[in-house]
Amino acid sequence: MSTAVDSGSDWRRLHSRTVLVTALVTAGVAVGAAVPVTVALSGRLGYAAAVGWALAGSALLVCCAAAGDYVRWRRTRYRLGAERVDLHSGLLLAKRRSLARERIRSVDLTAHPLLRILGLVSVRIGTGEQTGGDSTLELDPVARAEGERLRRELLDRAVPEAPGTHRDGELATLDPRWLRYAPISFAAPVLGGTAAGGLLQISEWVGAQAEVIHWIADRFQDTPLVWAIVVMVAVALVAGVIGALGLWIEMWWNYRLEREPGGTLRVRRGLFTSRSLSVEERRLRGVDLVEPLGVRLAGAARVDAIATGLTKDEERNADHNTLLPAVPRALADSIAAEVLREPVTPTGAPLTAHPRAARGRRLRRALSVALAPVLLQAVLGLLLTPVLLWTALACAVVGVPAAVLLGLDAYRSLGHTLSGGYLVTRSGSVRRSTAALQRSGVIGWTVKQSWFQRRAGLLSVTATTAAGGGAYTAYDTGASEGLLFAADAVPGLLEPFLERG
Amino acid sequence: MTTGEGTIRLRPPRNTPAPRAVGWWRAQWLLLTAAPVAVLGILGALIAPARFWLLMPAAVIAAVGLLCAVLFPLWWFRTHRWEVTGEAVYVSTGALLREWRIAPMSRIQTVDTVRGPLEQLFGLATVTVTTASAKGAVQIEGLTHEVAAELAERLTRITQDTPGDAT
Repeated sequence: MSTAVDSGSDWRRLHSRTVLVTALVTAGVAVGAAVPVTVALSGRLGYAAAVGWALAGSALLVCCAAAGDYVRWRRTRYRLGAERVDLHSGLLLAKRRSLARERIRSVDLTAHPLLRILGLVSVRIGTGEQTGGDSTLELDPVARAEGERLRRELLDRAVPEAPGTHRDGELATLDPRWLRYAPISFAAPVLGGTAAGGLLQISEWVGAQAEVIHWIADRFQDTPLVWAIVVMVAVALVAGVIGALGLWIEMWWNYRLEREPGGTLRVRRGLFTSRSLSVEERRLRGVDLVEPLGVRLAGAARVDAIATGLTKDEERNADHNTLLPAVPRALADSIAAEVLREPVTPTGAPLTAHPRAARGRRLRRALSVALAPVLLQAVLGLLLTPVLLWTALACAVVGVPAAVLLGLDAYRSLGHTLSGGYLVTRSGSVRRSTAALQRSGVIGWTVKQSWFQRRAGLLSVTATTAAGGGAYTAYDTGASEGLLFAADAVPGLLEPFLERG
Repeated sequence: MTTGEGTIRLRPPRNTPAPRAVGWWRAQWLLLTAAPVAVLGILGALIAPARFWLLMPAAVIAAVGLLCAVLFPLWWFRTHRWEVTGEAVYVSTGALLREWRIAPMSRIQTVDTVRGPLEQLFGLATVTVTTASAKGAVQIEGLTHEVAAELAERLTRITQDTPGDAT
C-alpha cells in the first residue's frame, strides 16, 4: 500500500515488445493465408512469380500491422495514482479512462505462449460494475514483473483479519489424478462431433470431400450399416476423449488456489496460456458446488465462486469464476469451507425436500420434452412413410425411461435450507448446482407462481443478488414454506408483506 | 394447498395502477394482433391459390387477439399492484404467471421513468427500479405522469439518504 503513493503520478507505457508480438502474430496469419494463395496463383502466374507476390503481400501486411501497433504503443499511457488508475489511448479519438482504485475488484493476468516466451502478460483490471463496458481497463501487454506489481498494489488493502483459524497461503494444488474426470465432462462428445465435422469441412475446402467419404465407405464395404455407425461413433468419441483430456491439461495444468495476505483468493493455471485470476474476498458472496451429470456419477464436484463484479465475459470464458475443477466430492466440500472461512461448507448442509407435487411437475416436464419428437415423427410417419413410425418407437423406447429417470433425479435434487449465515438452494439434474449465498448478499426477492403451481400449492422463490448469476432460485417449494424460508433468510424484508391465514 | 392455520400468503400491495392502464394494455394487445393479421390479410388478398391457408390463420389470430385484448387487461388490472414503504418497493404483476418482486430501499441503484409513445398517448409512465442484481429490476407500470414523477422523486430522495454501495 505504501508504494502506491511513492510511485505516485508517473505515466508508464505498455511494453515496447508489443510491436514484435503483433508482427509475429501477423506473420503467422500471413503465412496461413499465403500458402493457399500461392498454390492458387502458381497455376496462372508460374511458381516464382506467385511466391514473389505472396511474399510481397505478406511483408506489406506485417509492416502495416507493426506500424499500427507502434502508433498504438506510442499513444497509450497508464498511471497508478493514489486515488485513481488512468489509461489514455486511442489513435484519432483520444480515449481517457479512469477507475477509482477503491472500486477495483479484480486484476487478472493472462499470457498466451508467445507473450510467455517474451516475458509479457496482458492485464485486465475490473471494477464491481455489471453494466456498461467502461468498467474494465486492459493493459496489453506489460512486462511480467510489472503485471505482478500492478496486481499486488491494486488488490493489497489493509483488511481487518476475518475471524476463524483459516490459513493464508496455498489452499489447493493440482492433483494429476483429477484428470480422470475430464473425459466424462460434456466436452468429450462435443469435441468428438466437432472433430468429425471439422474433418469433412476441411476436406471440402481442399476439394477432397468426396474422396474422404469414398475412403470411409470402402473401409466399411463388407460390414453392415449398424456396425459401421457404431464404429464411427466410437472413433468420434475416442477423438473427443483425447480432445477433452488435452483441453483439460491446457486449462488446468499448474493449477494453484491460494489465499494471499490482504484477503484475495488467487487461481493460477494453464499449460500454454497462463492465467491468473484474483477474487477479492470482500466481494465473495458464496460458492456454487456444480455437479454435471457425468462428474456427479463419478462422485466429483466443481466449485465456482459467487462474487460480485466478475468481468462479464463469462459467455466467452465460461470458467472464469471456477475456483476448483472437478475433484472428489469430499475434497470439494473441504475447499469450499476453506474458501468461505467456515468450519464446514454450507453446501453440505441437509436440505429441506420439496413437496411431492414438485415431483409430478418435474416428471411431466421431462416427459413432454422426450415425447415431443416422438409425436412429431409419429404424425409425419402416418402422413408420409412408415419408416418414421419405427424411429418414433425407437425414440420413445429410449427417451421415456431416460426422461423418467432424469425427472425423478431432478426432484431428488431439489432442496433449500438456511445454514448459518448462508442461504442454500439446490436444483438441476443434468447440471446439478448447490449454491450457498450469504444472506447479507441477498438484495431482493422475486416470488413466481404459475397457474399450475398455484393449483399444486407450490411457488418458486428467487433471491436476487449482485453476485454470480444475479439470482438463485428455490424451485417449486411449498407455498407457505417457501415464503417462510425467504422471510427467515433476510429478517424484516419480506415480513411486512406476508399475511397469515 | 391445505388451508389451515399455518398458511402464509403474500398480501397484495396497496396501490392500483391508473384505470387508464386498461386502455393502454388493450391497445398493446390490439397492435400486437394487428401486425400479423395485416400481413396475412394482404398476402391472402394477393395470392389467390393460397387464400384459404392465409386468411384462416389470420382469422384465428384476430379472434384470439381480440379475446386477449378484452380479458387480460381486466385481469391485469385486478392483479397489478404496487407499494412503496420506508424499507422496500413491492410490486405484484401477471395473471397466469403471478409474480411478486421486492427490492429493499438500501439496495436500489437507479430509478428510471420511461414514457413510451403509446404510454404518452394514454398519459401514462413506467417507473423502473434497478438494484445491483442483473435480475432484480422492479417495474411499476401504468402510473399517471404525476404519480410517476412524485414516486421517482421520492425514491431518489430515500435512496440518496441510504448509505452503502448496494452490493
